[in-house]
Amino acid sequence: MAEQIVVDPITRIEGHLRIECEVDGGQIQSARSIGTMWRGLENILKGRDPREAWIIAQRICGVCTTVHGLASVRAVENALDLEVPVNAQYIRNLIVGAHCLADNMIHFYILSALDWVDIASAALHADPKAAAALAQQLSPWKRNSAQEFAEVQARLKKLIDSGQLGPFASGYWGHPGMQLEPNVNLIAAAHYFQALEYQRKVNKIVTILGSKTPHIQNLAVGGVANPINLDSPATLTMEKLYYIKTQIDEVRDFVSQVYTVDVATIAAFYPAWCNYGKAEDGNYLSVPEMPQDSKNMNYTLPGGYIKGGDFASFRKISTAHDPYFEDNVKESVKHSFYAGDWTRAPYVGETEPAYTPDGAQGKYSWVKSPSFLNEPAQVGPLAHVLAMYAAKYPPALQAIERMLGRISAISKETQSVDILTSTMGRHIARSIRVDIMKDTMAEHWKALINNISSGDFTTCNTPSFPEGELRGVGFHEAPRGMLSHWVVIENGKIRNYQCVVPSTWLACPKGTNDEPGYYERCLVGNPIADPEKPLEVLRTIHSFDPCMACAVHLVDGKQMPLGKVRVL
Amino acid sequence: METLVLGIGNLLLGDEGVGCRCVEELERRYVLPPAVTCVDGGTAGFELLPLIEDAQTLIIIDALKDGRPPGTLVLVEDEAVPRLMLTRTSPHQIGICEVLATAQLTGKVPQRLLLFGIEPKSLEVTMGLSPEISQALEKTLDAVVAALSSMGHQIQLRQTP
Repeated sequence: MAEQIVVDPITRIEGHLRIECEVDGGQIQSARSIGTMWRGLENILKGRDPREAWIIAQRICGVCTTVHGLASVRAVENALDLEVPVNAQYIRNLIVGAHCLADNMIHFYILSALDWVDIASAALHADPKAAAALAQQLSPWKRNSAQEFAEVQARLKKLIDSGQLGPFASGYWGHPGMQLEPNVNLIAAAHYFQALEYQRKVNKIVTILGSKTPHIQNLAVGGVANPINLDSPATLTMEKLYYIKTQIDEVRDFVSQVYTVDVATIAAFYPAWCNYGKAEDGNYLSVPEMPQDSKNMNYTLPGGYIKGGDFASFRKISTAHDPYFEDNVKESVKHSFYAGDWTRAPYVGETEPAYTPDGAQGKYSWVKSPSFLNEPAQVGPLAHVLAMYAAKYPPALQAIERMLGRISAISKETQSVDILTSTMGRHIARSIRVDIMKDTMAEHWKALINNISSGDFTTCNTPSFPEGELRGVGFHEAPRGMLSHWVVIENGKIRNYQCVVPSTWLACPKGTNDEPGYYERCLVGNPIADPEKPLEVLRTIHSFDPCMACAVHLVDGKQMPLGKVRVL
Repeated sequence: METLVLGIGNLLLGDEGVGCRCVEELERRYVLPPAVTCVDGGTAGFELLPLIEDAQTLIIIDALKDGRPPGTLVLVEDEAVPRLMLTRTSPHQIGICEVLATAQLTGKVPQRLLLFGIEPKSLEVTMGLSPEISQALEKTLDAVVAALSSMGHQIQLRQTP
């Protein structure tokens, strides 16, 4: 008999994501993705100066601060047709790269590894010596020692004995779906701690270039606010630039010797999950990233659209001015709690809430439904990696081959690109993109140094706003997929502003033609071993790297022990 | 870093931004010694971890929803501050409690921890504070300054030019 399971955690956060699944015969038959919080943050930007929009946009989300800032300045520059000095492009690109590395590694180790790694097994059943021998066989990483693994195991044991599991408390330990052998669990747990150290190193790059963290201050419409003066310590000096290089190099080693190896190992232990979570014949949308010229005509990483899973259908998106992009992104509110029943270009989109009790008029989510060429599309590192593959971008072809080779070697089965579209595949694709990004960052660092050495110190072009109406779109291939900001400027003030964010593309309800969104599609067919502990739902949803809460962060008093709160 | 004063919240959601506003006002109105660092943490997650790990004393100012009358200021200290990882569906809902939990895991937790919580009135999409919360901000600043002074920091009102 069909059974309904709902994943709707009670958290301190007011709004989030609710997933409802119909389960029959141990399998998900259908799913609904429901955004339960209203996001009308764009309305705040109306009437404001376009030059300060990015500062406000940065506050939309606590995780994706830099990405909203960047998409915002790009949108205004696009509207003005304003060139961005090459130095500024490279400085922004270093921030893009650093943010991507930190964010994607945190996603894998801290936010989703516990869906696959059993900490209790690592603590109680692993043998640090055997784990070290295995890890050394897989990678030359200097910190795969029996001693380090033994220390981590002792720390985990202490945690379990104390009952204070902290971040590990929400794991489904001992779930029948956990399939790693104890020694692999221990390796992954040790790297969990190391990942925290390395995300710190890579975040330093953002702090140095962005002048401040967590909200960077160096962006400006027209470039960046970093003065370059190689003699003045208050500005971007050679010393600071070389320090950035050392951080990039250390993190590159962690990516190639730890992160990608761990993803490959876990993937090899979960062959079934290299098949679950696929959207057969799905569409994939990404945009080019890492611009190399002042006019945004040349990007290092290609992006574009793949229709129906057919690589031959790939169409490149060349620039933000490309009408193929600008004219074909739409948003629908047919199934969302907003006034009307329209499908519109974001420039003329609205965010007017109109809640109807669930089910009435077919509306069931606060998330709008975006479409490209009138169909939903999957965005994210997977979409970008597939685009780079379809575009035959050489570093991507090499990175994909390297990764598939690693998995094949461990699983003793030949793996093809097909596995990338699965639940596990989205993790694999994310690590491939990080692998490519770490090298692109190093190249752009070098290009920045070369450009400065040639005597070009320019970092910003001053914008001026003409009378009349201007429209612009800024896109960014962010850590969790394609982000676009759409701005309409009238007489120097913002008249309309819409953000079409990656999680909207993925977590959306049904669209104009009632096609399901990608969360809804990819959950169908997933097994459910225990409806009380729907680990499998989390695996597939986490593989998309959802970012729903954009972003309420108050502390909930219910978490505090009674009698410990003093009213002042 | 000796003492970190960290304001948390979303400036776009009305009173939710009160923590950030407090830190902004603290820096604007007072001359703080080098041993005190103020950070507007916004709604950031793991980017705050290095800052927290480096602090000997951590003072957090945040909106705290506990059903009290709007504007009520409460103080929660040390072990009573929640350090939990509650979220299961969306891993991006990383709040200060989760970051504290992670700091604890790495063994680098501040020796002293003070959380000043202000009961919000409105979390509507807007950039200002409601009148009750603007008043509570004054009370909070006084309490934070008193706490810093009692720790031995010299805090002076900034001379208005």
